[in-house]
Amino acid sequence: MTRKQKRLSVIVAGLAFLAAAAGLTFYALGQKASYFYMPAELATASVQPGQRIRLGGLVESGTVVRGSGATVAFSVTDTQKSIKVTYTGILPDLFREGQGVITEGAFGSDGVFVADSVLAKHDERYMPKEVADGLKAKGVWVESKSQ
Amino acid sequence: MVETGHFALVLAFALSLVQMLVPLVGARTGNQRLMAVGGPVTVTGFALTALSFTALASAYAGSDFSVANVWENSHSLQPMIYKITGTWGNHEGSMLLWVLILTFFGALVAVFGNNLPATLKANVLAVQGMIGAAFFLFILTTSNPFIRLNPAPVEGRDLNPVLQDLGLAIHPPLLYLGYVGFSVCFSFSVAALIEGRIDASWARWVRPWTLVAWMFLTGGIAMGSYWAYYELGWGGFWFWDPVENASFMPWLAGTALLHSAIVMEKRSALKIWTLLLAILTFSLSLLGTFLVRSGVLTSVHAFATDPARGVFILCILTLFIGGSLALFALRASSLTAGGLFHPISREGALVLNNLFLTTAAATVLVGTLYPLALEALTGGKISVGAPFFDLTFGPLMVPLLVIVPFGPLLAWKRGDVIAASQRLVAAFALALAAMLVTGLFIDGASVFAALGVGLAVWLVAGALTDLAVKSGAGSVAPAVMLRRFAGLPRSVFGTALAHLGLGLTLLGIVGTLCFGTEKILTMRPGETVDLSGHTLRFEGLFPQKGPNFTEDRARFLLIGADGNANGEISSAKRFFQARQMATTESGIRTLGLSQLYLSLGDEDNDGSVVVRLWWKPLVTLIWGGGLVMMAGAAMSLADRRLRVGAPARRRKPAAALTSPT
Repeated sequence: MTRKQKRLSVIVAGLAFLAAAAGLTFYALGQKASYFYMPAELATASVQPGQRIRLGGLVESGTVVRGSGATVAFSVTDTQKSIKVTYTGILPDLFREGQGVITEGAFGSDGVFVADSVLAKHDERYMPKEVADGLKAKGVWVESKSQ
Repeated sequence: MVETGHFALVLAFALSLVQMLVPLVGARTGNQRLMAVGGPVTVTGFALTALSFTALASAYAGSDFSVANVWENSHSLQPMIYKITGTWGNHEGSMLLWVLILTFFGALVAVFGNNLPATLKANVLAVQGMIGAAFFLFILTTSNPFIRLNPAPVEGRDLNPVLQDLGLAIHPPLLYLGYVGFSVCFSFSVAALIEGRIDASWARWVRPWTLVAWMFLTGGIAMGSYWAYYELGWGGFWFWDPVENASFMPWLAGTALLHSAIVMEKRSALKIWTLLLAILTFSLSLLGTFLVRSGVLTSVHAFATDPARGVFILCILTLFIGGSLALFALRASSLTAGGLFHPISREGALVLNNLFLTTAAATVLVGTLYPLALEALTGGKISVGAPFFDLTFGPLMVPLLVIVPFGPLLAWKRGDVIAASQRLVAAFALALAAMLVTGLFIDGASVFAALGVGLAVWLVAGALTDLAVKSGAGSVAPAVMLRRFAGLPRSVFGTALAHLGLGLTLLGIVGTLCFGTEKILTMRPGETVDLSGHTLRFEGLFPQKGPNFTEDRARFLLIGADGNANGEISSAKRFFQARQMATTESGIRTLGLSQLYLSLGDEDNDGSVVVRLWWKPLVTLIWGGGLVMMAGAAMSLADRRLRVGAPARRRKPAAALTSPT
């Protein structure tokens, strides 16, 4: 092969490789990214049972029930609608009624959201950014006292 | 003292302006005296930055709450070590640490770069000065740590409890040494573009800097991973969190740079690519700084969000990445192209390495930035987590890891795959045996687990094979072999160690993910639990008092087969009064290479607590492998050919004239 052909074949092979990687990346983005919803948005969004999503909002006061073992049930609300969530595991230190949380998991066939992770930030001023933005958009956001 | 620090910072900014202009003009006009200004100015700039940093650190050590930054992030009751590490446990202080390290590296170039060509040195220092000037300006205008409060509060608001840990003393400095270390490679690249000249000796200058930065970045990432593992109480070592990716992308690109610089140094090939990689690696470091420091991401690292800061760093990012890439586009074609080589050769293997690593870095980049882009464009909020990266990053890494042992065994210019394969037969047999043993004799082992273990053993055995082959195993007498082994260049040991460390890390990951077990349960005092053959008895909760917190410590005894206690694990719920904040201290006991990990949940009224237990086989290898990789980099650095600052001094005059082979 001439120098030119050699270089061309290397470039073609490299591009084919990159195209394959890009294809895989976009396929994975479509399949594996989980969308974030607030409870009221779920009414219009078509979320299938078993589809992984992230559900964010405030932990509704008076709904936290500790069941048998390490299972906890609570409701996540955006003040318009609330969704029942169950979670088995250790809740974050800052999990409290009235606090913002993000839960990740999927709906079971009974309409209860089964979370496999519950996130709360390591800060007393905590409000997950997604939840804060969502609440601001609904006009129910109250600026926190500190700062 | 605080005002001295503030003043020193302003002076350092002024000097960085001198540093970026005067040597550059000198190099352009060929004026020796202007070029010579660069060195002393850089060193003085470093001294002033160090003074400034010391002033802030001493304000922290002395709990001077008249400084707003100290008031917000410190408390008089904190142990001294956390008072001092608190200096960089906040946005302003960590940016000061960033520029301190930047000026430190600049000073190293100035002091040890005496045998650099004068114009190259002047240009490198000028580019370092530009980066410094941008970040000094950023600190002074948006993130000044020296703002005073009047009247001074009597007590501080405490450092974020999560950061009150020894990890803060180690992780950020190491990570920054890595991030910022790549700025030197960047400056060398931009300087080469300004000069329009690049040769193999350029690679000899750049490679030690890449090694230094890579070594520290490896340590910083490993330390960050271990810190998150034990501090956050989730038992995970890597979450594909955007801030983790922010440090991982420069690592991937830096690893590629490390390898392509070898090709450039030894074979004068891949010149333009190496130069581009050096620019990209530091660009990814800057991007990482932007992602972590601008507050676009919510994470433990986002100390405070201020839109002005985000915009400023974005401007710096655009200026440096855009500017250097534009310069590259203008000048790259005027640089002489390197030599050609056969695809099957050491160079070919290293090109393949680069292809895989940069593509992997690109997938991580897409996964990290896509959610941000989507939100900016459509307002849709998504999270891209482990499932995405498992599907994209995983398939890219597996073939790369398979070819790693071949690389060092291939000859330069034209290699022989069959000969290399023959040498690797023993390593392959070992890997196959490990795979079969795992698959057939370990309960619950999946096909993935067996393949993973096999791949890890393949890497380790491949690294050892490389050393054995190069010392002449099988063809010479053992005594000769031992002598040859001792006489191998240190860079050969460096390569082998780094590849071996990679194998160990992989083994740790596979062991933890595939053979780990976990249990969540509620326990009352006196109850026992079994996990993978280990029996733990819950002794109860014991209240304790720390310097600036109170805690409920849950004690567990590890019960041996004979029924006697042979060890204790304790986990605690801590409550920090100053911030009214609780944290969980996980309990970890290392047994061999594995760990028993325990995290405490809520306490019920009847005295029972929720406990989450993990058995993590071989987990320590994940970070141990990182340490071995660091050792490999240190070993390569110690190679006399690459000794920092003295690459030519020890060379024979005759050797300096011939091109390195």
